[in-house]
This record gives sequence, C-alpha cells and structure tokens, in this order.
Amino acid sequence: MTTETLIWLIPLPPVLAFFLIVLLTNKSKWLSHTVGVGAAFLSWLASMIVFFRAVSVEHLGEHPFESSINWLPTGNSWFEIGVLIDPVGAAVLFFVSITIFMIFLYSVGYHNFGQPAGDHDRAGLPPHGATVEEHGHKHVVPSVEPMYSRFFAFLGLFAFGMYVLVVSDNLLTMFVGWEIMGLCSYLLIGFWYGKESARNAAIKAFMTTRVGDVFMLLGIAFLYSATGTLTFREIFTEETLHMLAGHTTFFGMTVSGFIALLLFIGTIGKSAQWPLHVWLPDAMEGPTPVSAMIHAATMVSAGVYAVIRMFPLLTADMHGHGLTVTMSIVAFIGAFTALFAATIAVAQNDIKRVLAYSTISQLGYMIAAIGIGAYVAAAFHLITHAFFKALLFLGSGSVIHGMEHGVLHTGNHKVDPQDMYNMGGLRKKMPITFWTFLIGGFALSGFPLVTAGFWSKDEILADAFGHGHWAVFITLAVAAFLTAFYTMRQITLTFLGEPRTEEAKHAQETPWTMTTPLVVLSFFAVTYGWVGIPEHFPLLGGLVPNWFHDFVGHTLAEVPETPEFSWIPLLTSLVVALGGLTLGWLYYRNVKSVSEDKLQIPLLKNKYYFDEAYDFLFVKPAYWFAENVVYKLLDQRLIDGILHISGPTTGGIGKFVREKFDLPFINELVGDGSANVTYWFGGKLRAVQTGRVQQYLMLALVTFIVIGVALYFFVLS
Amino acid sequence: MVPLSWYLIFAAALFSLGLFGVLSRRNAVAILLGIELMLNAVNINLAAFWRYGNVMDMAGQVFAIIVFAVAAAEVSVGLALVISVYRRRNTVVADEIDMMKW
Repeated sequence: MTTETLIWLIPLPPVLAFFLIVLLTNKSKWLSHTVGVGAAFLSWLASMIVFFRAVSVEHLGEHPFESSINWLPTGNSWFEIGVLIDPVGAAVLFFVSITIFMIFLYSVGYHNFGQPAGDHDRAGLPPHGATVEEHGHKHVVPSVEPMYSRFFAFLGLFAFGMYVLVVSDNLLTMFVGWEIMGLCSYLLIGFWYGKESARNAAIKAFMTTRVGDVFMLLGIAFLYSATGTLTFREIFTEETLHMLAGHTTFFGMTVSGFIALLLFIGTIGKSAQWPLHVWLPDAMEGPTPVSAMIHAATMVSAGVYAVIRMFPLLTADMHGHGLTVTMSIVAFIGAFTALFAATIAVAQNDIKRVLAYSTISQLGYMIAAIGIGAYVAAAFHLITHAFFKALLFLGSGSVIHGMEHGVLHTGNHKVDPQDMYNMGGLRKKMPITFWTFLIGGFALSGFPLVTAGFWSKDEILADAFGHGHWAVFITLAVAAFLTAFYTMRQITLTFLGEPRTEEAKHAQETPWTMTTPLVVLSFFAVTYGWVGIPEHFPLLGGLVPNWFHDFVGHTLAEVPETPEFSWIPLLTSLVVALGGLTLGWLYYRNVKSVSEDKLQIPLLKNKYYFDEAYDFLFVKPAYWFAENVVYKLLDQRLIDGILHISGPTTGGIGKFVREKFDLPFINELVGDGSANVTYWFGGKLRAVQTGRVQQYLMLALVTFIVIGVALYFFVLS
Repeated sequence: MVPLSWYLIFAAALFSLGLFGVLSRRNAVAILLGIELMLNAVNINLAAFWRYGNVMDMAGQVFAIIVFAVAAAEVSVGLALVISVYRRRNTVVADEIDMMKW
C-alpha cells in the first residue's frame, strides 16, 4: 500500500468503531471496548508506518506525502481536499496516535470493566460501587460504568476528529475535524449528565470555544476570498504570501497578519488561552480519560498545531528580526497566559484542576514560543508536553481511582477523592502510579537533563533569550518556576508524608489496563527529550544529533536558525526548575491541612474572579436579554400579540362568510335547492312508471309521432 | 312491374296491423305475434328497396336475413319468458305482469 493511501485510511477505524458501537455492539460491553481499542490500535499502527516512512524520506519538507481529490465544484475549477504529511504533521501524528491508543486502553480499566454492576447506579452518574459477598462477609467494590459502550463510541469519534485534523492538507477539512472534536468534547465533558456541574461545564466549554471558532471561520472565509484556495501548500507559496503581506486591511494591518490573527483567536478558544481559558478547568467534570484526551493529547494541542501550521502567515509581513503586530499579540497572550495560569494552579486543591491550569500555562508557553518565531521549539514542547501531561492526567485518574477504592472501603462518601488534602502517603499504596507520576511531574517541571520537559522548555527559553525578547523570557522563566513549585506541591501533598485520611490509608493500586499506559507514557516523557538536544549544549550536545530540529525545521522552506548557545537561559532553567521543586517540597512537607496552607489566597483560589466577571459581563446579560427582550418583549408581546390579533380576526372573517354566504347561499340555495328540485321532479315523474309494457310502448309511439310531426313542420319544411 | 309504392303501402298496412295488435291485445303471446308482424313489415320494406335500388348492393337482403335471425331468437326468448311467467303467476295477461312497477 502506498503511503498516501495509508494516510487516507488513518482516520477511518475510529469513526467506523463509533458507528459500529452505536448501531450494533452497544449492548455488549466487551465487544464495544474490543472494537474501540482495536480501532485505536489500527490507527496507531498505520500512523507508525506512516511516521517511519516519513522519517526515512530525505527532504520531506520539500516533498511531503500528499494526495488530494476533487471535492466541491466551484465554477470551472474544483475545491480539493486531501491529506498531507510533512515533518510537523508526522511528528504530531506520532504522539497523537500513541496517546490516543493509551487512553483507549486506560479507559477499560478506569471504567471498571469486569466489575459487577452497581447496586444503585444510574446512567448519567458516575458508578457508586457494588456490594459483593466473599467468604461470608460483605464488602463494597467499584462497579462498572453504566454507559460503558457509549464512552468508547464518543472516544472513537473524538479520535476521528483529531486524525482528520492532523492529516488534512487544507484549512476546511482541518476545521471540520476541529469542530467534530468540539462536539465530542461537549459530549464527553457532559458524559455524566446526571450531575448538574457536568452539564454546566459541557455547555460552558462548548460556548466558550464557539467564540473562538466563529472568528476562525471568519479567518478561513477571508483567506479563501483573498487567495481562492485553502490548501496549505498553495497558500504558503512565496507569491501568495507576498501578495497577502502587501495589502493592508482593517486597523492598518496587513491581510496576512489579520487572517493569522483571526485564525489565532480560534486557537485561543481551543487551546484555552487567556481570555477564553475559563472552560478548561471546568471540563474536569468529565471522566479522567477525557481530561487526558482533551487536555493533553488532542484538542488543546490542535489549537497549537493550527498556529504552527499557520506560521508562514504570521511571518509573511516580517522584516528583519522585528516581530509583526500579530506575532506580538500572540507572544503577549502566550506569555501572559503561561504566568497567569501558573499562579492560579498554586492555590488549587483539586488534583485534576491543578493539572488543568498547568495545561493552560504550558500551552501559553507554546503559543509564546510561536509568537517569538520559535515554531520548532513550540512543536517540540507540544509533543513532550502531550506525553507528560497525558501521563499526569492518567496518573491523577489512577490516584482518584485508588482513593475511590478507599472511599468505598470506609463508606464515607463525604470525602472528596479528588481533593489533595484528603490524600498523602500514597507512594506506598500505589507505587507504579507514584513513580510514573513523579516522572511526569519532573518532566513538567523541567527537571534537568533526564526529562523531556527540560529540553523543550529550555529550547523555548533559549530562543526567547537568543532573539532578545526579554519580556517574554522573564515571564516564561517566572512561570517555569511556579510550574516546578506547584508540581512539587502536588506530588508532596498526594504521595509523600503520611495519609491524612482513613480513605487514603485504604487506597489501592489500579489494574494493569490503567498502569500499562502510565508506564508507556512515562517512557516517552523521559526519552522523547533526547531527540532534540541542542548541538552546542555543553558535554551532551552532539552525542545524539538534534534530530527533531533537523526534521521539523525543514517543514518550511527556510530552516529557522538555532540561537547561539548561552549559559544564561540554561542556568535560568536549571535554577527555576530545581528551585521550584525544592521550595515546593520544603514548604509542603510540613503542611498538614488546608488551613495551614499560606498560599490559599482568595484571589488565586477564585481564579482572579474570571468566572464571576464573565458571569456578570456576559452570562447574566445574556440571560437578562433572553428573559426580558426575547421572551417577554419579542415572544410574548410581539409574536404572541400578532397571533392574538390575527387569530380572532381570521375567525371573525370566517364566521361572517359562513353565516352570510355559506349557509344561506351555498348550503340552502345551491345544495338543498338542487336536491329539492330533483326530489320534486322525481315524485311527479314516477307516476309514469306503471310497469305496464303496453303503456310504455304507447308512450313511445306518441313521442315518436310528436317528434316526427315536429320535425316535419319545423325542420323539413 | 308492380310499382314500389304498392309494396310500401302494403308494408305500412302490415306494420300498423302489428302495432295495433301489440297495443290492444292483452295476451302476451298475441303481443309477440304483433311484434312479428311489425318485423316482417320492415323486411318487406328492406326487400322492396333492395329490388328497386342498386341490385348489386346486397346490403338490403343481408339486413333482412339478419332481421329473420334476430326475430327467431327474440320469439324463442320471448315465449320462454311468457311460459316462465305463466308458471309463476298463472297468467299471460300483460297488464297483470307488473312486477317492475314503482
């Protein structure tokens, strides 16, 4: 099979699995997860084959795998859709397929496959546990998710959306994949729709990302009207870019810059950047594999991936080393979000919420890197982050799962299994989870030399420093310090010290389906950094070639230059990572309960009151508008008023016509009249019918004679 | 040669005779007899017009033969009806056979 055909086939298995599960196998949990995991495996396999073929091609940047077909007729030409795997696409495909496959596998364990059905579980609510009798005494064990099959169907559709997005060679199908994921994230966040918070979170996520998507669609429309094509390789030719950069449009921006800005707003929504970040922490209401899928592997990465794809547009009107307007905006939003979200993460107590804010912060890192032109570093951090953040989310899911086991054991359902202050000392209970979580956490903090996060983060910092973007450099360095700090806080509170609650004492390690993905992902969270070690790095540089930079750097015609090696960014990242980790450990090892935590500042705890502000600024006015203007004024007064007038009027006209025309004229005169006339004539005429043959004959004779005489006198003469 | 008008007058007389019989006789068999007379009057007309018209055109003769055939069929059906009525109502008087009255 040619590579191009194989690329076409990559997105298919998950969507087939979706339809199979929905239409046929949803009654059988075993069949459904076999179909789902099998499909994820097939896509993974195809992606790996494509990836390794892509790696073995020289100059893939100039000659990517591409193939397209005619789709929509547009006048005398065709709108083409197709697939494209260039270096960035191949690298993204690599991590996407692995993380998706791992998440599918993990979901089997997370939703308690093989456990008995719950005592009083209902569809739409998380399972509550089942009572079983063993050796004569009863105890409570976790129960299987009631909507197990549905979960795999949704995951399949989600995976389809992501694969479509990655392999697309044009903005339109990319946007289609983007929106499919938007829908699936809504469905998956609201998976436990019996919980009001989950419902609200789902709506919030959908509405917030919709704001960005509308702008993105505008950008796509603008791009199409300006260039007449949406295919990446056609837009990113020198002439087209030159043409786009040469014209100015609204606010004195160049066309390319303005389009890039519109598309970037889509990314702000999807990748949860300030000011559209509010949906992501709430999205934690979904089951944990969803969190990993949305917040690490796929959806939020998609936003960054889209900006990396659009990078030539960002830089089209760039002269020399100065940043363009759009790039400055991108860099500002990225850097600001990185710092802003990191400060909030310090004060959160929910284990998954910390990771959610951390994700926002790390995505800000990537966005900032793109903003200063370091798109290779951004892609590198995107991939390493996907591995270790998926690992952390799945790890936190494993922790929650273990804690739920403890909760079921003690039967005290008031204890929140996600609150880190209810944990502690879990390293002995859940060793695999602990070690893999530690690796993920250290990678997130950028623990020097061994972890992947160090290399990618260091590259971003080095780029910012090397190109003289001081503000970005300092902001990101502070954010990195906070990252290390809250990560260590999380690890210390969760795993170290002594158990703070009875439930934590009875926590249990999770089954192999959950721990295997953790181990696989932690392998990548460490080793993936080694493919991108800068060549001029002291001691280690050059031992392993900087494969990532060489490979991905050739996506565009111009290979971005690596900044000169400098000790300052390296020392900075060493200091902030190690400093943050040490400080976090020193402070939180002594904190016994939430009241002793001095960093629970209300401003941070309440996320700078963004939710409240948006509620006041947008949600409340929208409700007010809906209630008072749309409902009461438009609907009740205007529409209903018109109906109330037109209804009786029509009724009156109808009554008038009936009484004055229909009843007297049509009914009595025409209807009854004709019947009466016929009846009267019938009554008269029936006397003729005597039943005597001779009379009839006589009548015939007389008639004949009369007609004959009449003819003779009136016609013939 | 006997003029055509003689045949026509004879046929008209025969027809009137038959018609009078049909209208005045009460016996159903007699009515049938009258009908036969009327039919034969028509036949005479047909034959006479043929003879005095285009002799090569056989339509008149053929028509007369068809009338014979129809008359024979009609009489057989008619007599069968009369017999049937007689068996049922024990009368052949036309005035009394008035089951079709309103």
